[in-house]
Amino acid sequence: MAARAPSMQNAALGSHYVVHLPAPDDFAFWRERARALIQCDVPPDRVSWVEPGGTDDLFAVGGPSRIPVADGGAAPVRVSKRFMKLARNAALHSDPERFALLYRMLWQLQSNSRAMEDKADADVRRIEELDKSVRRDSHKMHAFVRFREVETDDGEYYVAWFEPDHHIVRANAGFFMRRFANMKWSILTPRGCIHWDGEVMRESGPADRSDAPQDDPVEELWKSYYASIFNPARLKVGAMMAEMPKKYWKNMPEAELIPELIAGAQAREAGMVAAGEREARELPATLEAIGSAIHTCRDCAIADCGTRAVMGKGASGAALMIVGEQPGDQEDVQGLPFVGPAGQLLDQYLAQAGIDRSAAYVTNAVKHFKFRAKGRRRIHHSPTAKEIDTCRWWLEAERAVVKPRVVLALGASAARGLLGKTVSISKARGAAIALEDGAELWVTAHPSYLLRLEGAARDEQAALFVRDLSAVKARLSQMGA
Amino acid sequence: MIERTYKEHLCDPMTHSQLSLRKRLEILADAAKYDASCASSGTAKKNSIGGKGVGSTEGMGICHAYAPDGRCISLLKILLTNHCIFDCHYCINRKSSNVRRARFTPQEVADLTINFYKRNYIEGLFLSSGIIKSSNHTMEQMVECARILREEHDFRGYIHLKTIPEADPELIHQAGLYADRVSINVELPTREGLTRLAPDKDERQIEGALAKTKSRIIQAKDERKRFKHAPRFAPAGQSTQMIVGADAANDADIVGRASALYGNFGLRRVYYSAFSPIPDASAVLPLKRPPLMREHRLYQSDWLMRFYGYAPGEVAQATDRNGNLPLDIDPKLAWALKFRGQFPVDVNRASKEQLLRVPGLGTTAVGRILTARRHRTLRLDDVAKLTQSIAKVRPFLVALDWRPTTLTDRADLRAMLAPRQEQLELF
Repeated sequence: MAARAPSMQNAALGSHYVVHLPAPDDFAFWRERARALIQCDVPPDRVSWVEPGGTDDLFAVGGPSRIPVADGGAAPVRVSKRFMKLARNAALHSDPERFALLYRMLWQLQSNSRAMEDKADADVRRIEELDKSVRRDSHKMHAFVRFREVETDDGEYYVAWFEPDHHIVRANAGFFMRRFANMKWSILTPRGCIHWDGEVMRESGPADRSDAPQDDPVEELWKSYYASIFNPARLKVGAMMAEMPKKYWKNMPEAELIPELIAGAQAREAGMVAAGEREARELPATLEAIGSAIHTCRDCAIADCGTRAVMGKGASGAALMIVGEQPGDQEDVQGLPFVGPAGQLLDQYLAQAGIDRSAAYVTNAVKHFKFRAKGRRRIHHSPTAKEIDTCRWWLEAERAVVKPRVVLALGASAARGLLGKTVSISKARGAAIALEDGAELWVTAHPSYLLRLEGAARDEQAALFVRDLSAVKARLSQMGA
Repeated sequence: MIERTYKEHLCDPMTHSQLSLRKRLEILADAAKYDASCASSGTAKKNSIGGKGVGSTEGMGICHAYAPDGRCISLLKILLTNHCIFDCHYCINRKSSNVRRARFTPQEVADLTINFYKRNYIEGLFLSSGIIKSSNHTMEQMVECARILREEHDFRGYIHLKTIPEADPELIHQAGLYADRVSINVELPTREGLTRLAPDKDERQIEGALAKTKSRIIQAKDERKRFKHAPRFAPAGQSTQMIVGADAANDADIVGRASALYGNFGLRRVYYSAFSPIPDASAVLPLKRPPLMREHRLYQSDWLMRFYGYAPGEVAQATDRNGNLPLDIDPKLAWALKFRGQFPVDVNRASKEQLLRVPGLGTTAVGRILTARRHRTLRLDDVAKLTQSIAKVRPFLVALDWRPTTLTDRADLRAMLAPRQEQLELF
C-alpha cells in the first residue's frame, strides 16, 4: 500500500498513548480508537491498551497523551472481511495482550494487505490461536450450559450457571436467543449475565454460583440416560477428557456419575462377555468327549430342571443324521434318544421308507428335557429359540465329528438348531437345503405331531412324512450310502 | 440369574405399563447404544424465532456431553421399543434374546425430547425401534413421534429417524418430511453375512429403500430451487451403518462396500460399529470382539476417501495380505510406506493433491502451507510451525533447507514412525 499521507497534526511526535477500554469485550470501541490511531500513523510501540481492572503501562513516559483525532482528509483504513471476523472473535480472549496484538497486526496490514496469509508469522499464529480458543470456549458454552427450571408467577423460567474462560457471554447471547426464543431464561456467569424474557435481552454484572438454582427433577432422568447410553465395553476415558475437560464437570449434573461409571465398567463388560464366554471353549473332538461334557453343561435354564442330558446315538461317520427336538419323558428316563412313543412311530416310518435306523446317527436339537410338572406327570414344554440357539453349540460339535452327508431335521426346533433361524415346515420340506459344511438338510415334521392328529388329517400328514423320508432314502441311495 | 430368566419364560413377564418412565428410559437407551451415529450437523438452518416452541440448527453439530466411552452425546438416542419380531443374530433386541423389554408411546418420547432440549442437554432426537406387529405399524409410530414434536411442540431442533426398509414407501416419505436425517442400516458389509446373521432382512430391499430415499432427497432439493416454500425432505441427507467384525469381511471388502454405498446412494456418512460383545449373544456369532482400533482405522480410511482424494482401490492397497488395514499405524502412513517412490514431495512446489498424501499433514496444515508459501519459501522450521508433528512429516518432505536424503529409503522407517511400544519396568 502507498505510504499514508501525514495527518499527524494532533499526534504529538513521540508521545505515548494509553487507551482505556470500557468493557473487556468492547470490540467496537477498540476498532474506533485503532482506526484513529492508524490514521494518525501512531506505531504499535507507542500505544498501550488497558481493559477495566488492568494496570497502565509502566513504560508510558510522561503520562498518557490524548488520543489524536485524524483530520477529515485522512485515508480510510481498510482490512479484509476475514480479518475483521477473526479480530472480533480474538478480542474476546482473556489474554491482556490481545488488543495490542490486534493493533500490531492492523498496523502491519496497512503496508502489506496480505500479511494474514503468512501463517508462519508469529503474530498471525498468535491471533489464530486466540481465535481458536475463543471459538472453542463459545462452542463449549453452547454445549455445556445446563438450564434448571424454576417456577415463577409467570410460569416456567430457566436459569443456568456457567463459567467461561473468556469474555464470550455477550457475544453468544444471540445463539441462545435463537434457540430458546419462546422460553424465559437467564445465563449467570462470573463474567456477567444475560437474561431473555421472550422479547428483550438484558445484561447484568457478574453473578455468583449460589444465585443459580441447585437442582431440577428432570436431571434424574438425564443422568439415567447418560449412564445407560454409555457402552462399558469400550472405555476411552482419554477421548472423553479431551473433549470435556474436568473444569466443566462441576456444572454438569451428569458428570458426577463419571467416576462410578468408569469404576464399574470392567465389571459390566465382564458381565456382558460372560454370556459369550462359551465361544472361547474348544469344541470336543470325539463323541465320547461330547457325551461326558454335556452332563456338566449349564448354559441354559433347562439344565436346572433336574433332568439328565441325553446324548445322540449312532456311529461317527454315519451318512445320515436324524435330529429331533428334545428328549421326552421316556428318553430322559432311559438316557437314549427317540425311545418313547414318538421314537416308536419314527422307527415304524423309517422301516417303511427303507431307512436303517441303526446305520444313522440319531440326536436332538436340545439335550435336556424341558417340562412342566402337572401332578406326577411331566408335561413336555417346547424349548425357546434362545435355548435351541444355546444348545446348537453341542449339535455343531456332533456334526463336526459325525460328518453326515444328509441331515434330517424333525420339526421346527430341529430345523432351527441346524439353520439358526426359524423356518416353516410346510415351506421348507420336500427339497434339500445346503448347509455350510456341504451337507444336505431335509426338513420334515416331528413324529409327535402325527401322534397328536387323528383321522384324515393324520393320514394326510403321515403321507407327507413318508414322502419326505422316501426322498431322503432316495438321496442316500444316489450318494451310494 | 439363569433361574430368574427361566421363571420369566414360565410366568408372565412384567408388563411395560408397570415400569417407570425412568426404568424404561434405561432399557431403551441401553438398547440404542450400539448405534454409532450421533451427528447433528449439516442440516438446514432454522431457529425458533417467530415460532411457538424451542429449537435451532445452525449448521455445526453440538456435542452436549461425552460419555466415558469417548463418544459424544448430541441427541437423545433411544428406541421406541425393543420388542422385535426379527431375529438378527448380532442384535441384542432380536426376538430370541432374553433382554428386558419396554416401550414408549410416541407422546412420551416427544415430551422427553422437549424436556431435555429445554435444559440444553441435547440437539434433538435420534429415534430407532424394534419391529412390533409389522414394519408399517412401527414406522407409523415413529413418524407419529416426529409429527408431535414438529406440529404440536413446534420443535425446530434436529430429528434423525431410523427408517425401516420393509415399511411402506409413503411412510418413509413422511418420515423424511419431518426429520432432518433419515438412515437405513445395511447392517453387514457382505450379502452372505446378512443372509446368515440377519435372516429376516433382504439386501435388495435395503438397497431399494436407500435408492428411493436418495431420489426423494434430490427431488426435494430441486423443487426448493424453483419454489421457495416446497417442503424440505431430510435436509441433512441419509446415512447408514455397518457392523464390523461379526462376519468374515476384511477391511478391503468393507472399504469397497462403503465407497459403493457413497457413490450409489449419495450417503452423507457410512458409520462403522465394532461388534461389541452383547449380553445374551446368539450362538452363531464369533464372540471374539474385534479390536476397537479396527473401527478407528476404517474411519480414517473413510476420511482418506472423502477428504484426501484417495480412491477405494488405493485404500485397499494399504491393506495387508489378508486385506486388513494395519492396526499399529494409520492407513495413510501405511500407503506412503508402500509407495515410497511418490516421496519426498517438495513442500514449496508440490500440488495440493501431493501434499494431502503426506502422512502427518492434515487438510488444515495443507491449506496453511499453500497460503504461507506464497509469501516465503518454506524452511523446515516454518513447516514445523504449520503442522502438528514435524518428526512425522519430515521423512516425506523437501523444504528449502531440508532433504530427507536416505531417510525415505530406510528399511526401518516404519519402526521409526509407528507409535512406540513402551518397555515395562520390573515392579
